[in-house]
Amino acid sequence: MSVEARERRQPWILLSPALGAVALLLLVPLLFIVVYSFWLRSAVGPDTAGFHLDNWQRALTDPFYRYILFNTLKIAAITTFFCALLGYPAAYFITRSSGNKLILLLLLMLPFWISYIIRTMSWINILGSSGALNTFLLSTGVISSPIQMLYNEATVILGLVHFLLPFMVLNIYVSLDGIDTNLEDAATSLGATRWQAFTQVTLPLSLPGLAAGGLLCFVLGAGTYITPLILGGPRDAMFANLVFEAIITQLNWPMGSALSLLLLFVLGALVALYNRYLGMSQLTKGLG
Amino acid sequence: MDNTTRYNRLLERYRNGDLDRRSFLGLIGAAGAAYGVQTPFAKMAFAQDVTQVRFDGWGGVVSEAFRRHAFDPYTAATGINVVDGTFAGGDEYLAQVRSSREGEYNIAHLSGVFDYARYVNFGLDVELNLDNIPNMGLVMEALTNAYRGITPDHLSAVPYNYGTTGLAYNRKYISDEEMREKGAMILIDEAYQGKIGGWQDWRTRMWYAALQTGQSPNDIQDLDAAWDAIRSHRDLALKYWGSGAELMSLLAEEEIYVTEGWSGRIAALQEQGHDIGYYDPPNGFGWQECLFVIKGSPVEACEELINFMLAPETSIAVAEGQNYPPALDGTKVDLGEKIPTLPAYDPTGTLEALTFADPTYWNGNEAEWSETFARVQRGF
Repeated sequence: MSVEARERRQPWILLSPALGAVALLLLVPLLFIVVYSFWLRSAVGPDTAGFHLDNWQRALTDPFYRYILFNTLKIAAITTFFCALLGYPAAYFITRSSGNKLILLLLLMLPFWISYIIRTMSWINILGSSGALNTFLLSTGVISSPIQMLYNEATVILGLVHFLLPFMVLNIYVSLDGIDTNLEDAATSLGATRWQAFTQVTLPLSLPGLAAGGLLCFVLGAGTYITPLILGGPRDAMFANLVFEAIITQLNWPMGSALSLLLLFVLGALVALYNRYLGMSQLTKGLG
Repeated sequence: MDNTTRYNRLLERYRNGDLDRRSFLGLIGAAGAAYGVQTPFAKMAFAQDVTQVRFDGWGGVVSEAFRRHAFDPYTAATGINVVDGTFAGGDEYLAQVRSSREGEYNIAHLSGVFDYARYVNFGLDVELNLDNIPNMGLVMEALTNAYRGITPDHLSAVPYNYGTTGLAYNRKYISDEEMREKGAMILIDEAYQGKIGGWQDWRTRMWYAALQTGQSPNDIQDLDAAWDAIRSHRDLALKYWGSGAELMSLLAEEEIYVTEGWSGRIAALQEQGHDIGYYDPPNGFGWQECLFVIKGSPVEACEELINFMLAPETSIAVAEGQNYPPALDGTKVDLGEKIPTLPAYDPTGTLEALTFADPTYWNGNEAEWSETFARVQRGF
C-alpha cells in the first residue's frame, strides 16, 4: 500500500470508533423511529406494520399539534430572551473580573452537579404555598394569605431559564473572552463614552457567542418535557409532552414517532439556518 | 430437602403454634445468614438455575412494605434475590415492558383488571400452575373471577390487594358534611377554584366525569356532557398530579384542598398526622391490584414468590404497610385489627359494595378517550 493511500485511510481508521458509536446509538435508533412513524396503532394488541401516511398527515394538518408546536416555540423563544438578558451581564462580569474568574466559572458550573429534576423541583419549595417566599412574606406581614405562584406558564419559563442560563453564560463568556480589551480602550480614547464603546464595539463582536447560546437554549428548551410536567398546570404542555403521552400513556408508538420526528425536523431546520448564516464553529467553541 | 420445603415446614410449625414468632423469624434470618456466608463451592453442590426475580411496583410505602415483609424473608428462605423496581404509572410500565427483552421483567404489581386484559392482548401472559400457589385458596373468589373472565382457561396473575380512588379533602377547609353533600361535584365547585387537584389519568378523569354528570361509569351515554365536566375540572384545577408522592405532597403542603386520591396514600397521610378526610362517593372508583407474571419469566420461581407473598403473615404485613386491604377473604382468614379499619375494606368477601371498571368497556374505549383527553387537557 502506498504512503498516500495509507495517509488517506488513517483519518477514517481513527474516526471509526466515533462513527460506529454515532451510527449505532443515533442513526440506527433514528431509523427505527422513522420506520415506526409509518406504522399504524391498533386499538388493542401489536401495531400494524406497513407504509401508512396517516400519522404524518395528522401531525402536519391537525390544528392541535400545530397549536402545541407554536406554543412550544413561543416558550422556548421567551426563555431564550430571558437567558440572554440575564446571561449577558453575568458573562460580562466574569470576563472583566480579574482575580476570581476561576471561582466564578466554577460557581457557574456548580448547578450541573445537581440533577436537573431536583433543581426544577426546588422551585416548589421556594414558590409553593408553604414555600420559602410565601413564608417570608407572611412572616413579615406583606401578605395575609399565601400567593399562588406555582403551576402556570410563568413558572415553566422560570424553571427553563434556571436550567438553561449556564449554557447561555458560557457561550457569551467564551465570545467575550476572545475580544481584545484594548479595542474598548481605543474607542474611548477616540471620544466614545463607555456605553458607546460597549454597544458599538464589544456587543457586535460578542454577537456570535450570544447567537450560539441562544441556539442552544432554544433547542434544549423546545425539547424539554420535565419542566412543564413538574412546574406546569393542567393546560401547560410542550411538544415533547405530547410525544411522551403518545408513547407512554396512549401506547401509540407510531404517532409518537411521527411527532418526535416532526419536532426534530423543526429544530433541525433552525440549526441549519444558524449554520448557514453564522457557522457551527462558534457553537463548538462555546461547548468546548 | 430444598429451601422451599424447609421454609414451608417452618411456616407450618409457626401456624400450628409450635414455633413462636421470634423463633420463626430468627430461623429465617439464620438461613439467610448461612446462605450469605457459604463459599462459592457450595453453589456447585446444588443446581439452582434462577438466582434472581425482578419485581416492579408502585414505590413509596408500598415498596418498603414489600421489601421488609416479603422480599427479604423470601431471599433468606430460598436464596433467590428479589430485585425491586418502581414505576409511576401502569402505562409507562407497559411501554417499558414492550420495549424490553423477554424475561427482563418478571412480576408486576399491576392496577386494575383492564391492565390484566391489556397485557393478555399484547401476548405478555403466562400460564400459572395454581397447584404451586396453595395460598390462592385463601383469596376472594370475586377478585379472581374478574381475571377468569378474560382468560377462562388459565391465570397469569393472582389478586393481591384492592382499594378505591375516592375523594380526599383537607378538613381545615372542607367539612365532612360538605363533602358528603357535594360528593364528586366538589371537584367542579367554583368555590375551590385553584385549590382543586386531579390525577393525570384519563380513566380517572372520565370516571369522575361520569359521576359528575349522573351517569354510570361503566356505561357512559352522554359523552359530550362527560367531556364538558372534564373541561370544567381542568379550568378549576391547579395541578394534575402524576404520582402518589406528588398527591401526598400537594395535599400535605396545602397547595390543593381537594382531589381524588388513592385510599392507601390518603391513609398514609392520615397516619402522618395530616387532617385529610377520605370519602368514597356512590359508584366511587374501586380497583384491585394483582401480581402479574410476565412472559419469559422463570415461572416456577415466580409462583414460589407469589405463594410466599400471599401467605397471610406476609400479605397482612404488606397490607398494613401499604394501607390497602389484601385480597385474602376476611371470612376465611383472621386479618387482624388494622385491616378492617382501612378505607375500602369489605368484610363480606364479596366486594359487592364497590364498583369496578368493566375491562371490556374501558379497554374498548382506551384508544379514543386517552387521545381525546390529551386534547381536552390542553384546552381543546
